[in-house]
Amino acid sequence: MNLYVLLKMVPDTVEELNVAADGKSLDSEFLRFKLNDPDEHALEQALLLKEKHGGKVTVVTLDAPEVDDVLFTALAKGADRAVKLPVNQAELGTVAAARVLADFLKAEATPLPPDTLVLPGSYAIDDLEGELAPLLATALELPYVGVVCGIAPAEGKATVRKEFAGGLRGEFEVALPAVLGIQSADKPPRYVPVAKVRAAMKSARIETVDVPPPDRPRQLELERTYKPEAAGHAEMLEGSPEEVADRLVEILVKNSAI
Amino acid sequence: MANTILVLAEQLRGEVTDITFEMLGAGRKLAEASGSSLCAVLLGAEAAPLAAKLGAADKVLVADDAPWDLAPADAVAGALEAVMQQTQAGLVLLGCTNVAAGIGSMLAVKTGLPLVNFCRAAKAEGGGVVCTSQLFGGKIYSDVKLADGKGVVCIYPGAFPVDAGKRDQAPPIEKVDLPVAAPKVTFKQYLEPETGDVDITKQNVLVGVGRGIQTQDNVELAEELAQVLGGAVCASRPVIDQGWLPLSRQVGKSGMTVKPRVYFALGISGAPEHWEGMQNSQCIIAVNTDAKAPIFDGAHYGVVGDVLELLPALTEKVKAKKG
Ligand SMILES: Cc1cc2nc3c(=O)[nH]c(=O)nc-3n(C[C@H](O)[C@H](O)[C@H](O)COP(=O)(O)OP(=O)(O)OC[C@H]3O[C@@H](n4cnc5c(N)ncnc54)[C@H](O)[C@@H]3O)c2cc1C
Ligand SMILES: Nc1ncnc2c1ncn2[C@@H]1O[C@H](COP(=O)(O)O)[C@@H](O)[C@H]1O
Repeated sequence: MNLYVLLKMVPDTVEELNVAADGKSLDSEFLRFKLNDPDEHALEQALLLKEKHGGKVTVVTLDAPEVDDVLFTALAKGADRAVKLPVNQAELGTVAAARVLADFLKAEATPLPPDTLVLPGSYAIDDLEGELAPLLATALELPYVGVVCGIAPAEGKATVRKEFAGGLRGEFEVALPAVLGIQSADKPPRYVPVAKVRAAMKSARIETVDVPPPDRPRQLELERTYKPEAAGHAEMLEGSPEEVADRLVEILVKNSAI
Repeated sequence: MANTILVLAEQLRGEVTDITFEMLGAGRKLAEASGSSLCAVLLGAEAAPLAAKLGAADKVLVADDAPWDLAPADAVAGALEAVMQQTQAGLVLLGCTNVAAGIGSMLAVKTGLPLVNFCRAAKAEGGGVVCTSQLFGGKIYSDVKLADGKGVVCIYPGAFPVDAGKRDQAPPIEKVDLPVAAPKVTFKQYLEPETGDVDITKQNVLVGVGRGIQTQDNVELAEELAQVLGGAVCASRPVIDQGWLPLSRQVGKSGMTVKPRVYFALGISGAPEHWEGMQNSQCIIAVNTDAKAPIFDGAHYGVVGDVLELLPALTEKVKAKKG
């Protein structure tokens, strides 16, 4: 199979997020970046498909902080090719990012071979303008399913599982090639030892592919960005673990849980 | 502002879902503030009997041919585009849900309108609409203005009151014929939720663990507390995705909705997708090393600290209390 996985760096929300002086963007000084969670799953799903059905996994990113590490990690895990498009992701917006990635994929082959799956993550935590997967599918005129949590390819098509709510899932049949927004892979993402990543850094190469830069960075006009003011706040319990545990026991009794 | 506001009514397995009423309530307010009319669109073979429930709309448009059942996003976007033309609508509200995923983005491309995602508040202002979006797991909000009031807005579940979208009146219902392209995606079947060994929706006490629990082995510490309390362990999505607990234990948007007497949120940040599933618990106790974690904004009791230290201490104290 011909598998494309799109990888996006997002701010790590474990760190504190602050608004920059412009009142619109995030303060970049203390931002740490990590790979978007669903993209870990998109990569895993692609590797699983390759192991079962053969083929080639290409990971694709735009330029972003710490992205080379992520690309080498993907190569160490078993991706065959890592491509970086030299367009800075910052402030790009989803609509523009979709255009750049669509241009790249069109240049790869038009039309894409029938055994192609393009696997973006289902969503990202900064998706103000919508999700990239449906935009990409529209640009490439390919079928799309989002919130996908399982793929079984067959001749010219694939059976995919999509999540609804309450643990309910739906099974859909999709004609290939297709764009599938991945929510979770069939198995948890694999772990790769640091030594293997280091080896990949020595032996493997990140390809740079030129694409025309997008004309319009962001479609939506932001008025302001801010930290929400909470409507309420928990009553905080302080003290040593023992003292806190004593208070919690009282609370459990009060709520008829003991 | 737009003369007609459209709401794409959402349903799953023959039931109108809460998000539909949330959107109708939000749409009603915007319509009244701007002198627009509110029109609901309901698609699917079972649409006709459900339309009567949408009394908060001024009119319900129904397309009840079978192809609309779980139709692919591009087909629904195409249908909405046609309805927008027929009704002169400029503002469309959709659910920010798994069911509707992709429809909004596709409709925005087709119509050239801007899309606002994760919307949790909207108000009419000077001929336009200002939407508030929650980003970065609920840690940051952005206000975005649709200057002419035109756009596609995806409404976040749980952010608007359900009751505001319910009216005891029968709305005028109109059948419409909408274009259906040959679908490249077809619905095959539902896969029922795994029942698993315990039903977390029926527990009095739930010990919820998140990424802060760090390893699969540590889940055992939560298991011990749940056992002495006669409850069960459940988890946020990352813990389930790691395979540390079965899918039947997931709480949140794509997992279960739970309402226990006591819900422990241990090492759970309180992202909106998790909050959605446990917000109605009677008493929420959050433990997190980060004093600024959003979970503390909604929890009843909070502890800033390490779950790995607190759990054994609490389990011992509960055991002692029970004697
Ligand atoms: C379409 C969609 C559906 C989703 N469905 C769901 C769903 O059903 N359920 C769900 O939960 N999520 C769901 N999510 C994911 C959701 O957005 C969050 O990513 C997820 O809830 C975060 O889980 P978490 O709080 O465990 O992890 P994190 O956000 O990483 O938080 C971990 C927390 O642990 C704290 N911590 C770390 N170490 C310790 C320690 N030793 N002691 C105490 N605290 C510690 C950290 O301070 C942090 O606050 C969905 C997302 C999308 C887009
Ligand atoms: N700048 C980017 N570089 C590479 N992939 C991206 C980028 N933006 C979005 N994607 C892909 O699209 C998915 C959804 O992103 P988003 O549209 O931001 O929700 C991500 O998980 C990636 O797979």
